[in-house]
Amino acid sequence: MIKEKENIEAKTKEAKEKSKTPMIVIKDLHKTFGKDNKVLQGVNLTVNKGEDLVILGRSGSGKSVTIKCIVGLIEPDKGEIKVFDENVLNLSKKELNEIRVRIGFLFQSGALYDSMSVRENLAFTLRKHKSELTAEEVESEVIQALDNVGLGDAIDKMPSELSGGMQKRIGLARTLILKPEIILYDEPTTGLDTITSREISELILDIKHKQKTTSIIITHDMACAKLTADRIMVLKDGQIHAEGTYEELEKDEDEWVRSFFE
Amino acid sequence: MILTLKNTFNEIGSATLFAKQFFKEVFVPPYEGKEFLKQCYVIGYKSLPLVAITGFIMGLVLTLQSRPTLVKFGAESWLPGMVALSLIREIAPVITALICAGKISSGIGAELGSMKVTEQIDAMEVAAINPYNYLVVTRILACTLMVPLLVFFADAIGILGGYIGVNIHGDVNLYRYMTQIFQSLEFLDLFPATIKTFFFGFFIGMIGCFKGFNAANGTESVGKAANSAVVTASLAIFILDMVAVQITDLFFVQ
Repeated sequence: MIKEKENIEAKTKEAKEKSKTPMIVIKDLHKTFGKDNKVLQGVNLTVNKGEDLVILGRSGSGKSVTIKCIVGLIEPDKGEIKVFDENVLNLSKKELNEIRVRIGFLFQSGALYDSMSVRENLAFTLRKHKSELTAEEVESEVIQALDNVGLGDAIDKMPSELSGGMQKRIGLARTLILKPEIILYDEPTTGLDTITSREISELILDIKHKQKTTSIIITHDMACAKLTADRIMVLKDGQIHAEGTYEELEKDEDEWVRSFFE
Repeated sequence: MILTLKNTFNEIGSATLFAKQFFKEVFVPPYEGKEFLKQCYVIGYKSLPLVAITGFIMGLVLTLQSRPTLVKFGAESWLPGMVALSLIREIAPVITALICAGKISSGIGAELGSMKVTEQIDAMEVAAINPYNYLVVTRILACTLMVPLLVFFADAIGILGGYIGVNIHGDVNLYRYMTQIFQSLEFLDLFPATIKTFFFGFFIGMIGCFKGFNAANGTESVGKAANSAVVTASLAIFILDMVAVQITDLFFVQ
C-alpha cells in the first residue's frame, strides 16, 4: 500500500518535472544595432514544454528581435540561447537547420512566397524536408494542413488574392505542415479586425491543445494574450520588466505594466 | 568624398564575398533543377522578343549608317562582312548585355528585394531551406547560360536586319550575303566574343541578386535595389568589355 503510494507520488513528480522541461532558455541576451541602439540589454527567459509564453512590450522594445535570435535570423552580441538543450549560437549551419525544422515561425505578414500558389507554398516546404513523400502524400498533407486552419478552399489561390487574415492562416498552415515542437508567433493578430484576431487566437490555442506545441507569442493584442497566455513577460528597455499570469499582471503594482491591460 | 569611397569599397568587398559564396554553393546539393529551368525560361525565353527587336534594329541601322562611307571608297561589297564582324565582335554582345541588365538585373533586384522586405527570404531561412541556393545560385546560373544564347540570337537577327539594310539600296541575294559573311568571319572573331558574354551573364545575375538580397527594409529599398542593379550591371558590362578587348588584343590579335 505504501509502495503503491510512493509509486504514484514518483509518477506525479515525474509528470511535474516533465511539464517543467525547459524547451527554450535565454540567458543575458544583448543586441545593439548600429552604434548605440541597444535593443536587448540582458534578456533572461525560460519557456517550458507545452507552455504558451506571451511577450508584451512597446514597439521597438526588442520582442521580435528576441525570437529572431532564437531561430538564428539575428545574431546577438552576447548571451546564450538554448533550444532543445542545444546552444544555437554555437551550432554549425547544418546543425542549426536541424533545430529550425523543429521550430515553426509565423511572420507578422505571413511571408507567403508570392510567386507560388497556396498549394505550392505548403508543398514546397514539405518536399524540401520530406523528399520521400509521393505526390499524392504531399497533396494529402497539404489539404489536411489547410483544413486545420479552415482554408481548404484557398488551395489554388495566389497569396495576392488572399486577405491579411487568410495570409496569416496559410502562413500558419505552412508552419504546421512540418509538425514543429515549438512555434514562434510574431504579432499574429496585428492589422486584423477583432473577429479575425479572435479566430487566429483560438487557432493558436487549438494548435497548442492538438499538437502539444510550446509557443512564444509576440503581441500587442491583449485579447489574444488573455486567451493564449500561460505566462506573460513584459519587455522594457531591453530587459524583462515584469512576469506573471494575465491575472497577476493585470493587478501589478507597476502602473506602466498595468497600462497594457487597461 | 572619403565616405563615398569607403562605401564603394565596402560594397565591392561585400559583392566579392557574395560571389565567393556562389562558387561555394553551386556544387553543393540540393541542386534546384526545376527552379533553374524556370529561371532559364523567365530570363531567356521571355527576353527573346526584346532581344529580337533590338538585334534587328542594330543590324539594319548599322548597315544603313556604314553604307555611305564604304560607297565612297568603292568598298560596298565589304558591307556584309563588316556588319557581321561589328555585330558579332562588339555590338550584339554589349547591346544585348545592356538590354539584359535593364530587363533581367533590375527584375531580379526588384524580385529578391521585395522578397527580403516581405520576410519571404527569412521565411525560407527559418524553414531550413537555403535561400541562397534556391534563389541566387539558380538565377546566376540561368543568366550565365542564357545571356550568351540571347547574344547568339541577337547576332542572327542582326545579320538578318543587315540583309534587309543591304537590300534597301542594292540587290544582294541571301546566299551571296551569307557567303560574304562567312568568308570574312574567323573562329577568333567568335571565340573571345562568346567567352565575354558568359562573364556578362554572370555579372548581370550576380549584381541583380546581390542588390536584391541586400535590400534594406522598407518598400523604397525595392526600387533602389532595382535601380542600383541596372546602373551597376551596365557599368560592369562596360568595364568587362574593356578588359575583354584588352585581353583579346594581347593574345589573339597578331
